Amino acid sequence: MSLITTPHLEAPDDFYEALIDAHRDLEPAASDALNARLVLLLANHIGTQQVLLQALTAARGGTP
Amino acid sequence: MTLKDLAGQQGRPIDHPSLAFDYQASPDQARPAADPARHPVVIVGAGPVGLALAIDLAQRGQPVVLLDNDHRLSTGSRAICFAKRTLEIFDRLGCGQPMVDKGVSWKVGRVFLKNEQVYSFDLLPEEGHARPAFINLQQYHVEGYLVERVAQLPLIDLRWKNEVSGVESFDEHVLLTIQTPDGPYRLAAEHVVACDGARSAVRRQLGLESKGRSFKDRFLIADVRMQHEAPAERWFWFDPDFHPNQSVLLHRQPDGVWRIDFQLGWDADPEEEKKPERILPRVRALLAHSAMKDAEVELVWASVYTFSCLRMDSFRHGRVLFAGDAAHGVSPFGARGANSGVQDADNLAWKLAAVLRKNAPDALLDTYAREREYAADENILHSTRATDFITPKSAVSRLFRDAVLELAKTQPFARTLVNSGRLSVPATLHGSTLNTPDAAADAFAGTMRPGAPAADAPVTLPDGRRTWLLPQLGEGFTLLVAGEAAADLHAVDGHGLPVKLLAIGRDLGDPQGRLAARYNLRPGTVILIRPDQHVCARWRHADRPAVDAAIRRALALAVA
Repeated sequence: MSLITTPHLEAPDDFYEALIDAHRDLEPAASDALNARLVLLLANHIGTQQVLLQALTAARGGTP
Repeated sequence: MTLKDLAGQQGRPIDHPSLAFDYQASPDQARPAADPARHPVVIVGAGPVGLALAIDLAQRGQPVVLLDNDHRLSTGSRAICFAKRTLEIFDRLGCGQPMVDKGVSWKVGRVFLKNEQVYSFDLLPEEGHARPAFINLQQYHVEGYLVERVAQLPLIDLRWKNEVSGVESFDEHVLLTIQTPDGPYRLAAEHVVACDGARSAVRRQLGLESKGRSFKDRFLIADVRMQHEAPAERWFWFDPDFHPNQSVLLHRQPDGVWRIDFQLGWDADPEEEKKPERILPRVRALLAHSAMKDAEVELVWASVYTFSCLRMDSFRHGRVLFAGDAAHGVSPFGARGANSGVQDADNLAWKLAAVLRKNAPDALLDTYAREREYAADENILHSTRATDFITPKSAVSRLFRDAVLELAKTQPFARTLVNSGRLSVPATLHGSTLNTPDAAADAFAGTMRPGAPAADAPVTLPDGRRTWLLPQLGEGFTLLVAGEAAADLHAVDGHGLPVKLLAIGRDLGDPQGRLAARYNLRPGTVILIRPDQHVCARWRHADRPAVDAAIRRALALAVA
């Protein structure tokens, strides 16, 4: 299995709106904490170490 | 007191912390400096590692000189958590039982965020092991029982107040200069084993280093005596109300003593923090919201420490070998210091004995270094990860740590990420050159692959007595055979080491089936176990040539 980087979201605009909404009224520190919890939840959902490492590489601007 | 006096006290309880041994001059000290006495093995440092190594060598018939710069056991409790595998080694060395009798056995750990439990773990969830996951026992008791065992072994020449001040390494021997109350003398040794701790004098004398990461944090250890009944468990708090923004670790020891570790931060003043008037309010704050809030508290010992995760590049330098803290260092979270040091001794003793008897080539000692360097790397990895979780070094590290702890309250997955120390388990030496790889046609399941420390299991003897597998293993190699052994397996060549054949069904009964399950046995399976109780080969069917070759390989002899 490898990291999916082609379009895969069911409803891209709806997801993006929900993501921004989730941070509404939060101070920067609380937003950072939310993002950290979100990363951990999504990482557990993915589970596969190789895919997670590819995502980390891609997030740093590298080629997964 | 002398060791002879100690041996005369067998059966009577001995107050280990108060023991003070007499310096006694050795006839070696009368030799002219140009013609020093020569010994096959000199061990430097009579801590848990040096004592264990000396006992192991003596049990194998090897005379040893053991030097210690002091004349007492460990000051303060220091290492307190002794792991199952270490206890199994102490059993082999003939002193495991009094330690387990005296120690506090435990296996459950609990992790709290603030005052709320977020996670608990059980380190030995299955039945059918002779020894518990851990005992807590003060280091001076462990050393005390080891010294009591030494006193029964005349092959060990233990010399107190012998401080090594010079080490010169030659092709054929090592020359030691030793300071004593009667002045200096010299000793020549075929092999020197440095078990002289984190600030090893032998390492310094040879100009060698132990390198790695130091952590900028300070911790207070407080040993307090109080009358209190509570379960024997390991309790770890992140950011408790009674010690905000820091961590706290609580352990129960024998003699009504509790070990409390308080994280203090890098800016704490170590001298100030050691004062009872600073420590006792911290302890009372911990107790204040518990059932023991009115307990009488007496401070027994305290120490403020920092730590590093480091190791020497090589544990062997010619005829000088390094073991324990002299060779490698870890943080205390995970109890991997003293445990890995005793496991170093376990690995080295049989190899050194085999090389000295010329049953194996010198190259076998290189495998000590390679195998235990691998184990040290594993311990350092776990220890470093735990330290990074407990004391995050950057804002983002702290952010994720706190996110894990927050999620752990409600999300089961996050509890596996909570790292308050991954507790000591022995390394599986799966990459060792002493292992014979499984034949391609032989399929095995389970963890008892070549390189694994042999798992214990309940067994019965032919007379029906119930016992355990590990004490049945031989001092040399052991062949564990499921069912009737092929006739020629009785004649395998141990190259001077004994080979004990244990046929399951004839020599050992397996009434609960745990032995068969743990070793994935089927009729005909043969497991070869090294003298240090590590599996080194296994077959679904084996004949003598295959086993002979595996034994040669395990002794670093050329394999045809």
